Amino acid sequence: MARLSEENLALALEIIGRYPRKKSALVPLLHLAQEQDGYVAEDAMVHLAELVEVTPAEVLGTCSFYEMFKREHVGRYLVNVCGTMSCALAGADELIHHVEQRLGIKVGGTTADGLVTLERAECQAACTEAPCLQVNYRYRYRVTAADVDALLDDLVAGRLDGEIPAHGVVARVRQHIPAERAVPVQPPEAVTAAPAWFAEESRT
Amino acid sequence: MTSGTTFPHAPGYVAGDRPRIVTARFEFEDSFTLERYLATDGYAGLRAALARPPADVHAEVRSATLLGRGGAGFPAGVKWGLMPQGVWPRYLVVNGDESEPGTYKDRLLMERDPHQLIEGCLIACYAAGLSQCFLYVRGEMAVAQERLATALNEAYAAGFVGRRILGSDFSVDIVLHWGAGAYVVGEETALIESLEGNRGMPRLKPPYFPAAIGLYGKPTIVNNVETISNLPWLLRNGAAAYTAIGTEASPGTRMVAVSGHVERPGVYEIVNGTTTFRDLIYGEAFCGGIRGGNTLKAFVPGGGSAPWFGPDQLELPFEGRTVGAAGSMLGSGAVMVMDHTTDIPAAALNLTRFYAHESCGKCVPCREGATWLERILERIVAGEGSERDLELLLDVGASICPGDFPHASSERLGLTAVPFPYKMTTICFVGPSAFVPVHSALTLFRDEFEARIKRRTTIAVTASRVPR
Repeated sequence: MARLSEENLALALEIIGRYPRKKSALVPLLHLAQEQDGYVAEDAMVHLAELVEVTPAEVLGTCSFYEMFKREHVGRYLVNVCGTMSCALAGADELIHHVEQRLGIKVGGTTADGLVTLERAECQAACTEAPCLQVNYRYRYRVTAADVDALLDDLVAGRLDGEIPAHGVVARVRQHIPAERAVPVQPPEAVTAAPAWFAEESRT
Repeated sequence: MTSGTTFPHAPGYVAGDRPRIVTARFEFEDSFTLERYLATDGYAGLRAALARPPADVHAEVRSATLLGRGGAGFPAGVKWGLMPQGVWPRYLVVNGDESEPGTYKDRLLMERDPHQLIEGCLIACYAAGLSQCFLYVRGEMAVAQERLATALNEAYAAGFVGRRILGSDFSVDIVLHWGAGAYVVGEETALIESLEGNRGMPRLKPPYFPAAIGLYGKPTIVNNVETISNLPWLLRNGAAAYTAIGTEASPGTRMVAVSGHVERPGVYEIVNGTTTFRDLIYGEAFCGGIRGGNTLKAFVPGGGSAPWFGPDQLELPFEGRTVGAAGSMLGSGAVMVMDHTTDIPAAALNLTRFYAHESCGKCVPCREGATWLERILERIVAGEGSERDLELLLDVGASICPGDFPHASSERLGLTAVPFPYKMTTICFVGPSAFVPVHSALTLFRDEFEARIKRRTTIAVTASRVPR
């Protein structure tokens, strides 16, 4: 699939412009590519390499390190059931087993209709609300087998479309720094003195 | 406020009759909006800071002994002073990559009070001469990212962030950055690598502190979300008011998540240094005891990387030095409680599997060692282990951590504590952390491993589950 669309290219350039070095934008840009296509396409990686001025291999190197980046299609909904300690103490393994049974797939698999991919996730920082899960990174707390059944029914029926965007979209709000408020960004080697407001006599 | 008040909009958080520094606004459903923030002393700490020279603000933070809340507990004011003179620019990187097993506090702070964090970033930048701030939020935290993006957009529009803040000549950008799923990126040099667009692998040490050589090779302060979130209160009320709470060595408050087999798991802002583990686990204002009247078997006092404690350690205060001397660490404010029904070898496997999975692969002892620890534990838990496996586990562990390994004392076993920390052959703590649960479980509950090995012909594979 695709290089970045014109609209996403504009967003990409805005993101790159915030960093002292272009490559710093790479992880956010990989998210942008995944948001566009639902996964990180090879052409998109080539495009990002051009934008941040590194080789495509370097983009792949970064991309392949991080678990959220998928290099092939996954389901519209990525269901991540936490399996780490606090959740395991609250029955996460049984819960994962139940989801497998219910969906007829194993952890790592995708349902035949392409709707749901199931993963066993590591600690999701909701340990007091165990067991927990995320659907496209939206939380569900103190989840029972019945909760999962209801959730999957809702996903199939499209009742959660307003709350849960398709896989690839994480945050639905972006930071925008207004040009008139932005501090000019310089490469680190171009800065040789303390910021003007950090007066000489007050340095620590 | 009565003891044990909860709020549907802040799942997990429990308020009580205790001083509240960082969670004071959590009772408000709209605590994340600029409107609510401004109505509750918002940005008053920044105004107070800007009225003083930066060095004064730094001195105030240093005298408050604001201990880092990310894991190591290093005082923020001292860390800021480690930057070399005359090297510019200096950067601030805020570590919001919370992912240590059992830890749930930074996400609450980002979701419930993003402006408090933003104000804290501005105060830190002003005090230490940092010219740009990167707020690194864990990739999986969609709502935290949205709340921070909205808050930053509001704060820029209102003149709190960016060029000529509040009409002064203080100018700094705060850039929202987000990760993509890698526990090891919580290690500060790996965080910097990730922020440079690379694979998130920790850097070789020395240099030990990014304050000397950090982002783009420049002096960089990496502080935890909770640490930074303390700054607005600290600047509004002063170091004396801050140190009046808690103890001399550990002043202020701390956020602690208590999870596992307790009646009321929750996230509490506790008085630093004086609250004991017994208070936390059994206190009516806190967790109210072990679930169903069960018996406490063991607990993890400071996140998955911390050596385990048993009932012998309940009277210890939640205080860094004391807990270190007793053979563990406070880490990231995460207590995980196991009752007597817990399958100890399976629990150890669960945590070791986490670190084996999250090993970045840079250091051989971690990449190979953690994986082998996981495999050996797997076969023991599956009932296919041998007596030799227990020595093999310790042997593999010794290749990651040569020398004495920290553990708690135990009256039952006649053990005296070996203090934290340990020697290590890896450049970050992921490798040793894979051995921590193995060592703790084997030291305190060797009989359970031996029983599992002896029963191996009859046990079912389902025993790999941690029973409820």
